[in-house]
Amino acid sequence: MEYFEIFVLLMDATLRVATPLVLAAMAGMFSERSGIVDIGLEGKMLGAAFAAAAVAYVTGSAWLGLLGGIAVSMALSGLHAYACVTHNGNQVVSGMAINIVVAGLTPTLAFAWFRQGGQTPALTGDDRFSSLTLPFAEAVRDIPVIGYTYAELISGHNILVYIAAAAVPICAYILYRTRFGLRVRAVGENPHAVDTAGIVVSHLRYQALMVTGFLCGIAGSYLSTAHGAAFIRDMTAGKGYLALAALIFGKWRPVPTMFACLLFAFTDALQARLQGVDLPLVGAIPVQFIQALPYVLTVLLLAGFVGKAIPPKAIGEPYIKER
Amino acid sequence: MIKKLKLVAAAAALLAVTGVAKAEDFKPAIIFDMGGKFDKSFNEAGYNGAEAFKKETGIEYMEFEVTQVSQREQAMKRMARKDASIIVAMGFAQANAVEKAAKANPDKKFTIIDMVVDLPNVQSIIFKEHEGSFLVGMAAAMKSQTGKVGFIGGMDIPLIRKFALGYEEGAKYANKDVEVFQNMTGTTPAAWNDPTKGGELAKSQFDRGADVVFAAAGGTGTGVYQAAKDNGKFAIGVDSNQNYLHPGTMLTSMTKRVDVAVQEAFMSAKDGTWQPGIKVLGLKEEGVGFAVDEHNKDLITPEMTAKLEQARADIIAGKIKVTDYMSK
Repeated sequence: MEYFEIFVLLMDATLRVATPLVLAAMAGMFSERSGIVDIGLEGKMLGAAFAAAAVAYVTGSAWLGLLGGIAVSMALSGLHAYACVTHNGNQVVSGMAINIVVAGLTPTLAFAWFRQGGQTPALTGDDRFSSLTLPFAEAVRDIPVIGYTYAELISGHNILVYIAAAAVPICAYILYRTRFGLRVRAVGENPHAVDTAGIVVSHLRYQALMVTGFLCGIAGSYLSTAHGAAFIRDMTAGKGYLALAALIFGKWRPVPTMFACLLFAFTDALQARLQGVDLPLVGAIPVQFIQALPYVLTVLLLAGFVGKAIPPKAIGEPYIKER
Repeated sequence: MIKKLKLVAAAAALLAVTGVAKAEDFKPAIIFDMGGKFDKSFNEAGYNGAEAFKKETGIEYMEFEVTQVSQREQAMKRMARKDASIIVAMGFAQANAVEKAAKANPDKKFTIIDMVVDLPNVQSIIFKEHEGSFLVGMAAAMKSQTGKVGFIGGMDIPLIRKFALGYEEGAKYANKDVEVFQNMTGTTPAAWNDPTKGGELAKSQFDRGADVVFAAAGGTGTGVYQAAKDNGKFAIGVDSNQNYLHPGTMLTSMTKRVDVAVQEAFMSAKDGTWQPGIKVLGLKEEGVGFAVDEHNKDLITPEMTAKLEQARADIIAGKIKVTDYMSK
């Protein structure tokens, strides 16, 4: 029973850590499936995290903070689209530029507005998303296995975790079952064909990038107003890149990508719990080794099990209409 | 880039000019490190010390906030060229810059906090963090109901290990059966600014049964304190008095009197009593300690206070030996 409890708590932590990764990876999926490389996920998340914390602090409402975060992320996404779609700019350069600008701008603005050394003030009460207890969670807690799992694992997260969980099937539906999704996939494979069919490529890519901005905004807001309780400089700490890796890992498909995110989050949660623990036979493992574990695992899995990841055909190339 | 440099130089010059407006011949200077002077912790303590000096003597000081690694040396050189009487550098990361500037300006006085630079014109102030950590470790073990306490470090460097070891020894001193969990956030400087990771580490320790955690992790600590509050556990702050962040769940803070060190460096330079060499501030010099104020006075029982005061006296008297990780 004890091992079961440890496992449930481990999965519980996995869900919390995976949420921003899943949202950002879904965001990246729309962009990349439409043929735009999006290395700027990191910057968009960071911008959203700052905007969400700042708005939530000033207005006292986490929901307005979320809107602010989404707005900033969509604006950055629009900038990316303007550079890459309208002006056929290099997509990697544009994405990297967004990352650098946001990394510098957010602490600067935070310093100018809040005078706390590049942070926003700590959020309390309604300023942030608090945990929701699902109905009957406490009542069924004592039922072995199922009740405990429900109370610990399913219940007790904040609303954004549930949104992330819902985002995967919704994104899959949009991508595979709607006209918009079909077109996004087509424009990433063969924009000329889409153009021939009378659909404007640039409009479609703008739309896809707006979806990207929307989802990235939720991911960023989660960091500063739900999981954390303030904006701190560089608080994304590479999660945008990790999401991008998960996207490639999952071969640009929603469900495998989600599992890749869960795997990354699981190794992260695992390493937090393995530090300094005496394992049977081997004893305590050095911290450095444990912290390398997620990366080692990733390399092994990428090399051994995943197989070839084939990107969308037209990715990275600006579409120039033939004359 | 050149333009940017010029701008920075102009800004620094402006600062310097406004800084020296009132001073006649004594011109102290302080250089804050990355994190900025309002970081609620280490740099802010230095700022408070400089402000205290200004209030007491009416002498203005020059200041510079490093926002990029490359600015450290420039700032130091600029202060030297502005003929600063003493230059205080905050933080171990400025050691290289201080070393270069001190060699280039052998007639200038330099003070570096938290690091040793062995030059004839440099004063190095370091703290016995292990002694302060010992006391908060005792407090944690006495407060714990479960007999399990946690430590969360920032970047895995010897300085943080020093905190960890002192904490563990203190906890074991108060309760020899106590179990101490240790986690380091990471091995890169990003580990100082990852509150979500800090929160997760704290939760993992709570899941394993800990009910008091001590975070020595810079900005990452805010995530730890938040997690403690969300889960109804206790947390211990570091460097500055951070009890006010979450009254009721902040058990105490391990204070490092960086403010006093800065103030004294300025003051001694002014009086002419400034001495180069290594200055170690521990419990005896009141360089480290634990904070009790209106936010946590209900959490620390009189019995705990008595034991802590006794241990403080014993450490000062040498009856309790706290191991220093750095010289182990």
